[in-house]
Order: sequence, then C-alpha cells, then structure tokens
Amino acid sequence: MLTLNLQQAKPITLDVELTCQTGELLALVGPSGAGKTTILRCISGLQSSQQGFIECKGKIWFDSSQAENMTPQQRRVGMVFQNYALFPHLSVSKNIQFTLDADQQPNKPSVGQLLEKVNLTGLADRYPNQLSGGQQQRVAIARALARQPEILLLDEPFSAVDKVTRRKLYLELNALRRDLAMPMILVTHDLDEAAMLADQICVIHQGKTLQQGTPDHVLYKPKNTSVAKQVDARNVTSAMLIDDDSQLKLKWHNYVFTLGEVGDFKANQTINWTISPAKILLHQRVRPSRGTRENPLSGIVVNKMTLRGITTIQLEIEHTNRQQLQMDLPEHVANRNQLQVGEKISVSLLADAIHLMAD
Amino acid sequence: MDWQAFEVSIKLALLTSLSLLPIGLAIAYFLAKSTFVGRGAIEAIITLPLVLPPTVLGYFLLVGMDNNSFLGSTFMSLTGETLAFSFAGLWFASLIYSLPFAVQPILRSLEQIAPELREAAWCSGLSKWKTFFKIELPLALPGVITAMVLSFAHTLGEFGVVLMIGGNIAGETRTVSIAIYDSVLAFEQQQAQTMSLILLLISFITISIVYTFNRRNSRSVL
Repeated sequence: MLTLNLQQAKPITLDVELTCQTGELLALVGPSGAGKTTILRCISGLQSSQQGFIECKGKIWFDSSQAENMTPQQRRVGMVFQNYALFPHLSVSKNIQFTLDADQQPNKPSVGQLLEKVNLTGLADRYPNQLSGGQQQRVAIARALARQPEILLLDEPFSAVDKVTRRKLYLELNALRRDLAMPMILVTHDLDEAAMLADQICVIHQGKTLQQGTPDHVLYKPKNTSVAKQVDARNVTSAMLIDDDSQLKLKWHNYVFTLGEVGDFKANQTINWTISPAKILLHQRVRPSRGTRENPLSGIVVNKMTLRGITTIQLEIEHTNRQQLQMDLPEHVANRNQLQVGEKISVSLLADAIHLMAD
Repeated sequence: MDWQAFEVSIKLALLTSLSLLPIGLAIAYFLAKSTFVGRGAIEAIITLPLVLPPTVLGYFLLVGMDNNSFLGSTFMSLTGETLAFSFAGLWFASLIYSLPFAVQPILRSLEQIAPELREAAWCSGLSKWKTFFKIELPLALPGVITAMVLSFAHTLGEFGVVLMIGGNIAGETRTVSIAIYDSVLAFEQQQAQTMSLILLLISFITISIVYTFNRRNSRSVL
C-alpha cells in the first residue's frame, strides 16, 4: 500500500494527499500542468517536495520531518515513462537484462518470462527503433516489472500510440494488472481511460488533490463544482433547497424535485446540483410507465448527436428561462422513439442520481 | 625527410588527444548537467583558443610558463627543467589549444541524450556511475570519437603556438609543421612537398574515420 502526502509552495504548488492499495490501480487525472507527473517523480525519487511523507509497503521512502529521502535506486519503483525511455543502444533483452542485473534479488524472473508476460516473445533481439509504439510500451512495462517493483508507475503510457493500438493496450494492461500484487498509479488526462482502467480516480488541479474515490463516485458525485468541472460533469446548475412537509426537496425554477441522499444540507440554502446525463430517463410516448411520476420535466430537443451507440440529446427545459440539460440514451432507444430536433419530449430525473454540491 | 619531426608530432598528437579524453569528458559532463548563470562564460573560455590567433595564445602561454610564473616555477622545482621550450611545455600548450575540439563534440552529444534515459536507468536500479558507463557514455560515443580524432588532427597541424613556446629544437619541440616551414625557408622544395603530402594524407584519413564511424553508428543507434 502507498500513502502519500506532499506539500510544496515553489516552483510548482503541491498539496497532495492520496493512498493506493496493493493490487489497486489509481488514476491521477487532471489537465496538463496540474502536477500529475511531478507526483510520480516524487514517488520514484527523481524529485522531492519541500515537505511531505511517502510510505510504500511499510517502508518510509520520504519523510521531510526525519530528513529521510531514499534515492531512486533504493526505492523499488517500476516506472513507465511517457515516451518509454528505452535505452536506444541496447536490444530489447538487454534493456530488460540491465534492470535485472542492477541488484541481487531472489526469485528473479527471466527476460523470456517477462517478455511473455507482455506478449512480446520473439522480439528480444530487436532494437527499440525497430519496434512499433505499442511494442515499445510493452518493453517499457517489462523493464519496469524486471525491477520487481513495490509500486508500478505509468506516466501517460498511452499518449504516444495511435487510437487502434491504444484500445488493444488497454485490454492488455487490464489483463496484466490482475496478476500484479502492488499499488499501480496511472497518470492520464483522459477521463474515459481513467474510468475504464482504474479502481480509484484522484482528481488533481493546480497541484492539489481535489477528490479521490471510485470512478463512479468521482464522475457522478463530485465533491464540489471544481471537481465537477475537472471531470466534465455536464449538467451542473444551481437551485434552492426547500422544506416540503418536513422533507428536503430541490426547487429549480418552477420544478420541485424529490431527492435521494441529502447529506448535511439544510432547507433554504442555495446549492449546486448535477445529474449524470445517463440518469435522465425518457418517457416513452407509446407506453407511459409508472416511473414517469419521478421528477418529471418536459422540454424541446435542440440538438442531437450520436457517438458509438450513445445518443446525446440537448434539451431546453420548459419554464426555466431556456435552461438546458443533456441526456444520454442508447442509439436504438432514440431511434425507436423517433427523437427529432424541435420535438417536445418528457423525461424523469432519477431522485437518487441528483447530486448536491455545497460550492 | 625529417622523420624525427614526424615522431615528435605523432607523439604529441597522441598524448594530447589521450589526455584530453578524461579532461574533455569531465568538463563536458559538468557543463551538460549544469544550468548556472556563468555556464556561458565557461563555455566561451573553453572555446576561446578556437578563435584566438595562435600567436596570441602562444604569447600568453609563454608568459605563463616563464620560470617566474607559478606554473613555470612549480614545473622547475619538480623536474629541474624549464617548461617553455620543452616537450612537456608543448604538450601542456596543446591541451589548451585543442581543448575546444575535445569538449564541444562530447558536450553536444551528451546534451542530445534525453534526460529520461538517465532517470530510467536510475529507476532501473543503476547507480550514477553505472548509468554513466553503460548508458550515457555509449550514447555519447560518436561525440567522444569525434573529440579524440579532432584533437589529434588539430594538434598534428599546430604551428603558431609551437613556434611561440616550443621553438625549434630537433627531437624535442620541432614538429612536422615547423619542419615544413624550415624546409621552405631553406628552399628544400622536395622535402616540404613530401612532408606536406604525408600530413595531408594523415589528416584526411583521420577525418574520414570520424565520418564513417559516426554514420554507421547513427544508423544502428537511431
């Protein structure tokens, strides 16, 4: 398990706190320049923050209060660099062998075993410049694993390969990680990539960790509006909490919504709220069902766009001063209901999916 | 034919380029890793012999090697001989004179190595020394070879500095270029021509080695 706490004022502001369990993949997400790579460099010992604490597998790697700071050679870190940083003058097998030879460890795997693990047998004698981007990434992972690391760090490992290769590598990493009994940290600015591969997501902005949690939690229940902005939450707007027969409800323009979880919020408070576009349900026109009574709304379809089987509808809600909400629904549902731009439709906001945010 | 002059020249060139290997590597490595403000000034000082007239450089070296100077007197107390007008003095002057030819190629090739490679080696558990010898030095090898060959060729052809601080002592400080100059002054055209042609040939071969090696190397590495 990794526990990390870093503080720094200059040259880059850092205020980072995160944990990663053994066998768990944590994705650090945030825009470029947010400090994601800096955090990886601090973990690997290539850089150190002014203050903080890093503990991995029960060992203190860095502790500013004790002036403890292990070198990269002393920490057992498997690092996959953004451009893989393979040694260009060494063959694939030598790239891995150098790491295996770097120190004495019991039960060392062989080069062949490592190459097999990353599906790269038969290419041991090639040089890095003779490999495709995807193959280079596999070598980089094999080399990182040759270190017999106590943590695996992946710095945007998919940014240097094309989209088709990327999809293949996602599947491979997902299969590989099941065998790895160590914390794994993936740096990425791609939210979909993070949500697909990670067990935990940590949102970072301007060197500060904003929220850590499961992908669903972070994406659909952001802690505040800045997290919501970073995770690209699409329906973020403000409303008033009201007391309705001693039940807390949300008053948004002329609508009053019932809520699932309300937390510590009180009545007569202006708050921000969000709902996942996938949690807005379309009322079927032909067969109205019971669910239509749950927070109903109606509006005009002002835009419609389909990507890989998901149709996104932009809906201008009636009686709200032209406020818009986005909803996602399977393409076949949109087709079956013959949704067209300019049409009026009715939808329901699932009470459990309405998420309230204080700021 | 003055074979003795050839012997002095080749000995001087070999000794100079071999001594410049560790010196050039150390200076280039230091410069490649440092980012301090005065780096430009240090690089300028090292490159200065490249643009300075050899007589000017020779003059300053001669003054510096005087028996009253620190360098000259130290050498005197150690060996009992004067530094100026000796082979040792010539060797020292050649180190300064050829320093830019040793430092610049190594520095440029070290700078071309992506910093991530060094960091990847550290993360792989390689110590800083191992990283240098197994990763950085092999990658900088074209620059190192170029540095060696250029400083060899440059020392071989040095004239002005030799004349200023070495004089013309047969078997000690008379190099081929001085011997050629002597031959021309003595109207020994045939000898001047032969020696010039041999020098031309040696220079051409050494430079060809650099180009051939670097081209082959760049293919296999990049």
